[in-house]
Amino acid sequence: MAEVIEVSGVRRSYGDYEAVRGVTFSVARGELFALLGTNGAGKTSTLEVVEGLARPGGGRVQVLGRDPWADRAAVRPRIGVMLQAGGFPGDLTVTETAVMWAGTLTAPRPVGEALELVDLAHRAGIAVKQLSGGERRRLDLALAVLARPEVLFLDEPTTGLDPESRRNTWQLVRSLLDDGVTVLLTTHYLDEAEELADRLAIMHEGRIVRSGTVAEVVASQPATVSFALPAAVSRADLPELPGTLAVDDGRRIELHTDTMQTTLTGLLVWARDHGVELAELSARPASLEQAFLAVASAPGTPERTEVAA
Amino acid sequence: MTALVMTGSLRRVRSLATAEVRLLVRNRTAMFTALGLPVFTVLLLSTVGLGEDTGLPLGAMVLTMLAGFTLLYVVYYNLVSAYVARREELVLKRLRVGELRDAEILAGTALPSVLVALAQVLLTAVVAALVFELDPPPNVLLAVAAVLAGLVLFVLLAAASTAITRNVEMAQVSTLPMLFLGMGSLLLSGVAMPADSLPDGVRTALQFVPLTPIVDLIQLGLTGRTPDGDTVGFAASWAEAAVPLAITVAWLAIGVWALRRWFRWEPRG
Repeated sequence: MAEVIEVSGVRRSYGDYEAVRGVTFSVARGELFALLGTNGAGKTSTLEVVEGLARPGGGRVQVLGRDPWADRAAVRPRIGVMLQAGGFPGDLTVTETAVMWAGTLTAPRPVGEALELVDLAHRAGIAVKQLSGGERRRLDLALAVLARPEVLFLDEPTTGLDPESRRNTWQLVRSLLDDGVTVLLTTHYLDEAEELADRLAIMHEGRIVRSGTVAEVVASQPATVSFALPAAVSRADLPELPGTLAVDDGRRIELHTDTMQTTLTGLLVWARDHGVELAELSARPASLEQAFLAVASAPGTPERTEVAA
Repeated sequence: MTALVMTGSLRRVRSLATAEVRLLVRNRTAMFTALGLPVFTVLLLSTVGLGEDTGLPLGAMVLTMLAGFTLLYVVYYNLVSAYVARREELVLKRLRVGELRDAEILAGTALPSVLVALAQVLLTAVVAALVFELDPPPNVLLAVAAVLAGLVLFVLLAAASTAITRNVEMAQVSTLPMLFLGMGSLLLSGVAMPADSLPDGVRTALQFVPLTPIVDLIQLGLTGRTPDGDTVGFAASWAEAAVPLAITVAWLAIGVWALRRWFRWEPRG
């Protein structure tokens, strides 16, 4: 069976509030799938159901062919989980924390090796309460990989990390992927998703609104051509450019187009023929950020703070 | 297969308990509560002459009192604080994402306090036997069973009490009802003062306080004295034990039920 994680029609409610409203996706072996979304979109609520921490209110979840909630005892030894917030007693040292965790696992890797993987070996004897936020995240990651998991769940793994630690974390995740580990990740950082994800889904208000590879998700968004016209030329003088939407802020004009090459050709030929110089000319394909923002600012999104992220 | 499961379970609980011992040793307040408070309390009560009117042998009285106070402070109070601290630090939530089962998490966290309590009772038993010449108890089995049941019961009650305890500071308040009832039971149910000095209604009510049947059973096992003041031998002590045993079992059932119903693994959203 190729699919390691299968989620179909999953729902989850907190009292009257439905945080997850029918989410479906699947992750193949050795693949990294990223869940993106604004705060309160339902990413963590979904993740907790897949991890077997909570029972879904509706729908079905399978991890490694089993129900992660009902067959917890069979699934847990094969997965590793990094929660959004640590949860370590402050008075234990880094090593003591890792040794404690290793003692609860069926086939852990050596503690020193796990700390080495996340660059915490030099902090081994330090009490957890003296670690920086980024170091705690890395300790959390060390515990998640301690079990040599086949499936790894990472909930915002690089929040609070400095750029170098982020790079190191990405490298570790990539090497785990190379070893055939399957990863389900949530993140706020779009560059992280672009960097790591084979496929991703953007969640909004408890639903998946876009999913696919980065290229597929971005393809749903128009490319942008922008430039400024000389004072003597007005927008009305522009040629007919089929399939474009022009936005004029009085100084610069932005053309949104699904066919960048055609639009650009039409524009440039017109400019040459009319001797118009297009200042600040730029053409760029849609970015993941653009796709994300298009979803996040979609109409029907009342501003509100929600109970669970 | 069962043996394998058992070993896995023991290994996991032991690993968690080892970390909890470290945390207990590094927490001065908890260490004082665990090691000093019960002993000091018993010493204090002995010096003011409590227990002289009950006719109980001094050794048995000291041992019963210490067992009672140990259950209240070392097991109950300490564990309400420990469970709440771990819950608020998100430690319980983190432990639940691993291979540990829920019962193993509760047991591993409780184990250090339970072992300290057990060691104190055993040590006091030895001291009582040597210093106060504890007479050979008519039914040791009953006394031991009572202490063990008491340990389990107060772990359950501590876990259940976390539902009414928002943070570690609150534990000082939320444990008061149980501590008051427990002390009432220790001081009034015939160990420290003669039971017949109480109105019937109070005596009957006291019978149903969680600590009372435990104390009654320990007393019965150590001295053969029933709550009514009669003295019985080994055979008759089983019959006398029936009611307090039944009340203990009822409390154990209530404890498990309350735990399942109200115990939260995460801070309130």
